[in-house]
Amino acid sequence: MANPSKNNIAYVRTTMLTEQAPPITAAGPVLWIRTNLFSGPFNTIATLVGLYCVYWLVGHIGPWFLYSVWNANSLAECREILNGVNAACFGVIKDRWHQLLFGFYPPEAYWRPTLAFVLMIVAMAPILFESVPRKVLWFSAIFPALAFWLLWGGTIWFSVVGMLGFGIGYAVYRALVKNMLLATIAAVLVPILFWLFLLGPISGALSEALPIGIRKIDSDEFGGFMISIIIGVTGIALSLPIGVLLALGRKSDLLLVKWICVGFIEFIRGVPLITLLFTASLLLNYFLPPGTNFDIVLRVVIMVTLFAAAYMAEVIRGGLAALPQGQYEAADALGLDYWKAHRLIIMPQALKISIPGIVNTFIGLFKDTTLVVFIGILDPIGLSNAIRADSNWNGIYWELFGFIALCFFIFCFSMSRYSQYLENKLKTDHR
Amino acid sequence: MKATLFVGTLAAAAAVAGMASAASHGASVLDQIKARGELNCGVSTGVNGFSAPDSAGEWQGFDVAVCRAVAAAVLGDPKKVKFVTTTGQTRFTALASGEIDMLARNTTWTFSRDVDLKFTFAGVNYYDGQGFMVNKALGVSSAKELDGATVCIQTGTTTELNLADYFKSNNMSYEPVPIETNAEAQQQYLAGACDVYTTDASGLAATRATFADPENHIVLPEIISKEPLGPLVAHGDDQWADIVRWTMNALVAAEEMGVTSANIEELSKGTNNPEMNRLLGTEGDLGAMFGLDAAWAKRAIMAGGNYGEIFATNIGESTPIGLARGLNSQWTQGGLMYAPPFR
Repeated sequence: MANPSKNNIAYVRTTMLTEQAPPITAAGPVLWIRTNLFSGPFNTIATLVGLYCVYWLVGHIGPWFLYSVWNANSLAECREILNGVNAACFGVIKDRWHQLLFGFYPPEAYWRPTLAFVLMIVAMAPILFESVPRKVLWFSAIFPALAFWLLWGGTIWFSVVGMLGFGIGYAVYRALVKNMLLATIAAVLVPILFWLFLLGPISGALSEALPIGIRKIDSDEFGGFMISIIIGVTGIALSLPIGVLLALGRKSDLLLVKWICVGFIEFIRGVPLITLLFTASLLLNYFLPPGTNFDIVLRVVIMVTLFAAAYMAEVIRGGLAALPQGQYEAADALGLDYWKAHRLIIMPQALKISIPGIVNTFIGLFKDTTLVVFIGILDPIGLSNAIRADSNWNGIYWELFGFIALCFFIFCFSMSRYSQYLENKLKTDHR
Repeated sequence: MKATLFVGTLAAAAAVAGMASAASHGASVLDQIKARGELNCGVSTGVNGFSAPDSAGEWQGFDVAVCRAVAAAVLGDPKKVKFVTTTGQTRFTALASGEIDMLARNTTWTFSRDVDLKFTFAGVNYYDGQGFMVNKALGVSSAKELDGATVCIQTGTTTELNLADYFKSNNMSYEPVPIETNAEAQQQYLAGACDVYTTDASGLAATRATFADPENHIVLPEIISKEPLGPLVAHGDDQWADIVRWTMNALVAAEEMGVTSANIEELSKGTNNPEMNRLLGTEGDLGAMFGLDAAWAKRAIMAGGNYGEIFATNIGESTPIGLARGLNSQWTQGGLMYAPPFR
């Protein structure tokens, strides 16, 4: 092949042209704007309308934030500082943030819920992310008892002996493992009997012998986001396993199990959450023997958990229904028993399919915790009412709700992002 | 003040069950409180001036002061109160089931609550009534001129029924704007969604005080209902009802006799007024008649002052709420506050 530079035909170039920048309209921000914002008459109009909306919103809300007052001890003081300007009075958040977060929890003990919250993140880490060392799971296992002790206080032995119940259940199961059915029933019954009858006396005796404990704080001093998180997180953590069991029960061949599960799910789903909360708050008082002090927060947690579990069961049943029959048959062909087949083959796939639905239920549950305001528990919404009842802050409205909305958004948005991360990580379909 | 049929039914059922459990109980309420070392007092989740937590989490207010006075009389310490927050729905059940010992939650004394729900009202600590607030620009000076107005009204309350009765008996029409809470009502009223806001007059005064321009709004002179608010206890323990009733009476009597938190120490050394001596425990032994010591009333008065002082610090004219005494003056001043003799 001849070298072009050696070619001396006049009309053939001997050198390459230097590369030129693309036209301004075909590259960089201009191209991006043209293709994304003004690519046609319809999009151009939509963009202009959108821009006007943003301008209008910023024009109206911007000054409200920009001129907001943080250093004031009452609404009247805010108004004096603002002198007629219409702007936010965030002094109420500065004055009452601790109540919105902790309710009436004693200020000198704020470290306890804070520590419990931090430890909760540590305990959740190995469950949420694979890269965290597996040994941390042991901490996750003891976290519920630890958190209970940190929040409610009192003697540590109650939590320790309470955890012992699980150990007893496991030991009973191992001892009777030859007979599967008997072992399962005993592993559930024995710990329950232990908690009902032995937990109190044993922990009482131990705390007298070796008093280790912190100040006891009753749950009527709980409030604010602390209560939302306690109810929400406990409900979320417990509703998933219970929901799985209910979903399996509903598909079970054992008629009794099946009908119990169907009855439970349909009953709970057929009743509004607020009704269950009223039951927890009002009716249980009459069913229990007089003088029984059954913690109201625990009652609410139980009701919320049952409610969420019923919804969760149906979400997971959706996942189970989406699995092809071949997966079940494959598990049978491998000679796996029922539990192994579900643990190793069915559930991992069914749960993966259900992730969006599960997270949906979690987010709904977390937001539903605000319903406890109707039974007189001071969650953030209830506290906003109580704060307004103080003469200093009566008349304040958007600032409190804005703060509460922001906190809820942070929690719900994190859950949503995590579920997307999980979906991407587990994506095995062949697209 | 606020009652729905649903709540009534619920509370009635609760009251029946509550009676059953109370009967099986045995121990008197007073003994239970002493054993517990704490008075369980039901309050609202927040009504301006009547009960609200301050920034330190301490409950303050006119109703709260009654709880504190009773705690001081019974337990000797106004701080030994556990405030149980109740809503309009849960308050009666909480009382009937024994979850709370007394309810001080600006509750209107009505026949059905007293008789049908089986409660005992221990008296009236505030005589309220339903009123109207309008913007001055509306140019209205009497409720009789409100024909055709839009009215912001809390749904499911007796105020709604009172309003309907009042407009009907005056041959006027109105358009209701249903709202759920007082805070929502303030927003709606200020945004102009309704011409008139109606609720109890004390609530109107408190709401008006929060406006940026209170001078542009007036509370109309007409009061269209009777709302005697007071603390109540469950049926079944008359001794306990007496204690709450006479603690209230002691506060009122103290004002009448001129006993204040400032001069009570001086006066309790003995005076030449025999009734005052009996009240403060230096003469006779009234407290022993219902299981308390002689100085019960002295401690109750010291907790927050006499009735007049409690009124002035929480809702009186020097506070932002700025309520005049009106019907709540002493009978000697033309009001309805009248304590029976301590004898």
